[in-house]
Amino acid sequence: MTVQIVKKAAVSRRRQTAYRVFAVLAALAATGLVMALAGYNPFVVYYKMIEGSTMTAYRFQETIHKAIPLITLSLGVAVAFKMKFWNIGGEGQFYLGAFGAALVAFQAPELPMWAMLPAMMLAGMLLGGLWALIPALLKAKFGASETLVTLMLNYIAIKWVTYLQYGPWKDPKASGFPKMPKFADAAVLPKVFGVHAGWIITLAAVVLVWILFSRSKLGYEIAVLGESEATARYAGMNTVRTMLIAVLLSGGLCGLAGMMQASAVERSLSDVLSGGMGFTAIITAWLARLNPPAIVGVCFFFAILLQGGSYLQTSMQIPSSVAAVIQGVVLFFVLASEFFIQYRIQISRGEKKEVA
Amino acid sequence: MEALELYLQTAAQMGTPILFGTLGGILCEKVGHLNLGVEGMMLLGAVCGFMAGLATGNPILAILAAGLAGAGGALIYAFITVTLQGNQNVTGLVLTTFGTGLSSFLGKDLVGQSLPDGIFAALGPKEIPVLSDIPVVGKMLFHQSPYATAGLVLAILLYFYMNRTTMGLNMRAVGENPGAADASGVNVTLYKYVHILLGGFCCGVGGAYLTLVFVPRWQDEITAGIGWIAVALVIFATWNPLKAIFGAYFFGALRGLSFVIQNMDLTLFGHKITIVSQFLDMIPYAATILVLVFITRGKRAENQAPRALGLAYFREER
Repeated sequence: MTVQIVKKAAVSRRRQTAYRVFAVLAALAATGLVMALAGYNPFVVYYKMIEGSTMTAYRFQETIHKAIPLITLSLGVAVAFKMKFWNIGGEGQFYLGAFGAALVAFQAPELPMWAMLPAMMLAGMLLGGLWALIPALLKAKFGASETLVTLMLNYIAIKWVTYLQYGPWKDPKASGFPKMPKFADAAVLPKVFGVHAGWIITLAAVVLVWILFSRSKLGYEIAVLGESEATARYAGMNTVRTMLIAVLLSGGLCGLAGMMQASAVERSLSDVLSGGMGFTAIITAWLARLNPPAIVGVCFFFAILLQGGSYLQTSMQIPSSVAAVIQGVVLFFVLASEFFIQYRIQISRGEKKEVA
Repeated sequence: MEALELYLQTAAQMGTPILFGTLGGILCEKVGHLNLGVEGMMLLGAVCGFMAGLATGNPILAILAAGLAGAGGALIYAFITVTLQGNQNVTGLVLTTFGTGLSSFLGKDLVGQSLPDGIFAALGPKEIPVLSDIPVVGKMLFHQSPYATAGLVLAILLYFYMNRTTMGLNMRAVGENPGAADASGVNVTLYKYVHILLGGFCCGVGGAYLTLVFVPRWQDEITAGIGWIAVALVIFATWNPLKAIFGAYFFGALRGLSFVIQNMDLTLFGHKITIVSQFLDMIPYAATILVLVFITRGKRAENQAPRALGLAYFREER
């Protein structure tokens, strides 16, 4: 008996999606089984997660609040991933964006809202973009691996915010407690239909990135560069310039996510503002195959897991870490399913053909 | 002088979990797999080691359980990235999410519990006579937990394994050029699995140092980013286990220093001293970037990253 792995011919998109949905369901079934063994009724747990994330207006808003930064971050890293530039520094660019927003809000607190919010947004995108530009320049100039440099820069960014929080920007009125003062009202994104205006910005970003990918010359160049740098150069593109612009855009979007989170949700800056969303975004962007509309769906699913997970804690005394475990298992299954989308396992039984 | 000795001793203690994590990372990267799940595997090791220690009171079993937990995490990673050729970055990150969540779930009833005395008796600091009286480095190297000594020995053994044995040579070949290794009869898949799992074992053992010796208690996310420092250190040490010892103790010393300074801030000084603490915390990451730029620019063969690092190997597409 021989086992052979054969590459499949092109698989239709619908078929691919079916595989992934099946993987998610299989993962939910597997974690459900573990929950049952641990003495919980998995149906109740899953129901509670959905209840806790969608069933009341407040909880649904909370879910959307969690989805907004995740979508924007995912769009950001997707722009870089399209070019096969492994920007895993979304977390750091997020913090730099939030820092830029806070810089404006703290240094020019008397600005009116119409000037304040755009200035914060600009500062956030600029700092996020420049932070991403460091690894791009190091790659272009020295060939240093961007995966590793972006990873390292995350921690430098977080420590920088911690420094501000415990040092120069510490709120003197917080009686020694290390936190920063709240922003002025003009620096807080207003609510539109009960959810902060970040959702409008996020949807606009989805459309813009979609146009970038499918309708623009720059997007085409990014895709070609991702497929083969040699081809891009042969076609006469300025590859370094394209890379720098795309990375600036990628970091800018991640910075924008940080700005929105600082302005609308935290109304301040803190070193736990992101809570690892920059890393989750890498997973969601990859899961959505860098497709902007799909990113919205995937991030929404993750937001339900997050929000539902924290609801489990209050309603069933199940630790919210269960959500992280479910998330992990779902992702392992989806990662594994990719293989079966691309390859087929052929088992042939030697010469004996008369059986069957 | 005595203060310096004490400080170096602490540096080695802080450096030990980093060293184990780094050695785990080196094993994995040398066969071509960048595993960003180090933090997750360390947490799995930390919680499982603590649980086994609590249940059996036996230090060997506790360490073994920690290693197996780490290797279990690595097995998931290996299956997805080696056999199913999934994306290494994503899989590693998911492993960290998964390990963090699972360890916190498993550890929910362990918070506040303390280990049986037998474990501390076995793993607490041991003074080796004469040698520990060597000035400056004596206390650092010879008045330590056997755990720290084991880390040193492991690093040295690993160095000889990688550079002086046929298996070590084959292993490096797999990371450099799996196609060529395969053609010369090396079982690429087997080599990858074995080393990724061994790497996970090291990470798990490193995590358990925190819960069995250093703290020694369980608390959520007890590794506090040590796994990421280890990922950085693999590069900082240019994939060399001996350099990893110096790197781990150096980064351990920085961590120790920022710890001490923060405590001083609480008692006396204003924020002028605290400034230093967070900047000290940045040094490992900034230094790693510099080293990375330096080695990729320098083009010295023995310092380079394994050439097939991060690439999937599909035999049929050779």
